[in-house]
Amino acid sequence: MGVKKTLVVIGNGMVGQNFLETLVASSAYADYQVVTFCEEPRVAYDRVHLSEYFSGKSADDLSLVERGFFENNNITLHLGDRAVRIDRDKKQVLSQKGERIAYDKVVIASGSYPFVPPMPGHDRDGCLVYRTIEDLEAITGAAKKAKTGVVVGGGLLGLEAAKALTDLGLDTHVVEFAPRLMAVQLDEGGAAMLRSKIEALGVMIHTSKNTQKIVDGDQAIHKMCFADGEELETDIVLFSAGIRPRDDIARESFLEVGQRGGIVIDNQCLTSDSDIYAIGECALWNNQIFGLVAPGYQMARTVVAHLEEKEAAFLGSDMSTKLKLMGVDVASIGDAHAKTQGALVYTYQDGSSEIYKRIVVSEDKKSLLGAVLVGDSAGYGTLLQYCLNGIELPENPDALILPSRSDESVGLGPDALPSTAQICSCHDVSKGQVCEAITAGCQDMGALKSETKAATGCGGCTALLKSVLDCELDKLGFEVNTDICEHFSHTRQDLYNLVMVDEIKTFDELLTSHGRGRGCEVCRQAVGSILASYWNEYVLEKQHLGVQDTNDVYLANMQKDGTYSIVPRVTGGEITPDMLIALGEVGKAYGLYTKITGGQRVDLFGAQINQLPAIWNELIAVGFESGHAYGKSLRTVKSCVGSTWCRFGLDDSVGLAIELENRYKGLRAPHKIKMAVSGCTRECAEAQSKDIGVIATEHGWNLYVCGNGGMKPRHADLFATNLDKETLIKYIDRVLTFYVRTADRLQRTSVWMENMEGGLDYLKSVVIEDRLNSCEQLEQQMEYVIETYQCEWKTTLENPEHQKRFRHFVNSEQSDERVVFVEERGQVRPANEQEREQLVVMQPMEDA
Amino acid sequence: MTQWIDICSVDDLQPNSGVCALVNNQQVAIFYFPNEDKIYAIGNYDPIGKANVLSRGMVGDINGEPVVASPLFKQHFSLQSGRCLEQDEQVPCYSVRVHDDRIELAEKN
Repeated sequence: MGVKKTLVVIGNGMVGQNFLETLVASSAYADYQVVTFCEEPRVAYDRVHLSEYFSGKSADDLSLVERGFFENNNITLHLGDRAVRIDRDKKQVLSQKGERIAYDKVVIASGSYPFVPPMPGHDRDGCLVYRTIEDLEAITGAAKKAKTGVVVGGGLLGLEAAKALTDLGLDTHVVEFAPRLMAVQLDEGGAAMLRSKIEALGVMIHTSKNTQKIVDGDQAIHKMCFADGEELETDIVLFSAGIRPRDDIARESFLEVGQRGGIVIDNQCLTSDSDIYAIGECALWNNQIFGLVAPGYQMARTVVAHLEEKEAAFLGSDMSTKLKLMGVDVASIGDAHAKTQGALVYTYQDGSSEIYKRIVVSEDKKSLLGAVLVGDSAGYGTLLQYCLNGIELPENPDALILPSRSDESVGLGPDALPSTAQICSCHDVSKGQVCEAITAGCQDMGALKSETKAATGCGGCTALLKSVLDCELDKLGFEVNTDICEHFSHTRQDLYNLVMVDEIKTFDELLTSHGRGRGCEVCRQAVGSILASYWNEYVLEKQHLGVQDTNDVYLANMQKDGTYSIVPRVTGGEITPDMLIALGEVGKAYGLYTKITGGQRVDLFGAQINQLPAIWNELIAVGFESGHAYGKSLRTVKSCVGSTWCRFGLDDSVGLAIELENRYKGLRAPHKIKMAVSGCTRECAEAQSKDIGVIATEHGWNLYVCGNGGMKPRHADLFATNLDKETLIKYIDRVLTFYVRTADRLQRTSVWMENMEGGLDYLKSVVIEDRLNSCEQLEQQMEYVIETYQCEWKTTLENPEHQKRFRHFVNSEQSDERVVFVEERGQVRPANEQEREQLVVMQPMEDA
Repeated sequence: MTQWIDICSVDDLQPNSGVCALVNNQQVAIFYFPNEDKIYAIGNYDPIGKANVLSRGMVGDINGEPVVASPLFKQHFSLQSGRCLEQDEQVPCYSVRVHDDRIELAEKN
């Protein structure tokens, strides 16, 4: 085996890091010792979602590097050091701090810097740029003393920056040199629509403005003077007028650079030196700079393939984009400006809904060349596929953008896509790869995402991925039948709506009116849950008994030997010494095995059916109530000790947890629901692994939704930040009721969200923006559930008729003789088969 | 001659659900479908989960065959034959009749 060659990677931004990850996974990795320079004080982070830093994400949240990545892969990292020159004669890379690294190959991924027009006054204090986390920190600092902010540049990044300023509470202006916003991506009509939507959000837009100088202001810190004589006063100026490639190291090292900057590369991403590559925004290919992440990743893959001595070439990249700018959907595909000769344009504009759509098609109307979508980018996936794969257009191409008046969908079925079609551009996943993964067993979105990485980048292809999944499952002979079971030709959501609209109160009613047969444990459980969610009646009423699942039917958790465990509610995990003693006494009196649960409660095991009422009698007498551990319902709201005791706590997490638990206790749902409240970002309550997580901040509460631990852990998504308690509770009310209404049976919030078209953004639009006009109704439903709350054990004990069922035999007072315990570590446990054989012979069970 | 054993009154049964009875020292699960006025009885012991729990399962039908789903691992047992639909297991089956509002059981031959 030969000595390893040295590969130096200059720059640890998104593309540099992506290169390292691709390299590590390749066969070339074995041949190289890798050294990388990172000028910034932190390793690669997600610049695409930088503005989320202002809506509550931390630098850590934005990081793209898995913990231990460099150590585990034996990569030498020079953090906070900049490579300044490549000595090509000696084959050494020189750094600012004086490192000299001998290399065999170099990859330059130095990225770009924000372009600041060289006008007088551009370097005044408070004139900032928007590129790195340090920039964001500077902006946050400056914003504390500011009222007004101006973004210079109305392109994609400029509008992102404007979002950041509005998030910081500033009166925000956007100043653009061109006559319209997003001049590169949008035509006039699309830009006008975008402008009116953004203005409606309170941002002032000034187009065709040529800033000549920035001087002292009269009312504010600065005054911007424009060529047309107008002036604008502001406290902050934020430049976001485009990017320039960082090619200084190439110039220092006498590599070829373009006339207007950029390190010249060929189809293999090689610079003018055959041992040096350049990738990402610093590279100039065919006289083009690619200011998006996807082409940078493509270049990274090309270089890795070249190092592996495989055939690969970078031949340009699709620059189509789809994004949400200040909450407005914007998408641009291909030749959006109809520059192709003979191109025809179709435009659709809906002034009342503020939707603008334009497609550019070839002269023969057979292929799609480009498109612009503003206000509604739902058709993006379909249009992009037409464009990228040269799929022949339907006879009337305008049908692609006209609103559909019938149920007929004009979307392109996934079947029409060739297997080479790219489904996910962020991770370059083709339809062929997706199909392969499905055949290999990834048969739900979660599995498919983690196997192929598709839809885990920007998420724009989620809906397309889902439709490919459905289509393939169908072809594989999996019936994509959404019927809940053979007794109802309805989904769970249909059944919920039927219960709501027809005011159906029992399973028998629903079965007679909309089903067939006797039902089964699937539909019975589902309908039982729906009825309990919606009407919230006592679940053990005679008419509801037959739809209660294993645990609900005796209001306790059945264990392997048929005995039950009991979990009284301990709201927020707060319990007095007296209550603890009372629990212990009950456990002792009935010989129960006791264990602390993960939800900060106590579980008492080994009770027989006939003991349950007596045990609960004692528990209720000392003040406990049902913990609903047996139900698909709200379980616990876990909390850390919070500001009351903790040195770091920012707010009273225990108090809020108790309030939330008391509010939602007893709520029945498609699956169990867990919540937690942490008093600060140290997150001791692990709120981000819960269906609903709340974390205190200096300015209120951050709300996280749809996480879970368990078999497939999922971190909760940040839903809203710095909420006051009233708004927080309102949002939780709405999220939970919407979940209860629309989820599938036994679907936890995480899967519900992952399968929801539009995902987190859609959920936000329903809950925060009231897209479905349903918020009032959702809150009312929750109010009803809260008002009708009952402790089911209290209700049971109040009525002797209800207790009659709680015995093992209908015709004898004996208990189950098969239940046999042995002792272990000072407590009981069920005997195993061997122990049972010995014990049962020796000591017949006494009557209880 | 079939030997009928008195168990309990019809009122002691639970609609669309089960109860457990002790019959000749055997545990028997009795299920009641009031809508079609049908009562079934099979052994209470779940041979897969190895516990006396079948009376506590949910009832219904699969392709028209009345079944109970074991509360432990959800395998279905036919209420007519005692046969398990998913695995090669069989539980005992009993005849049931109602006599003067009393439920009576007999072992099936």
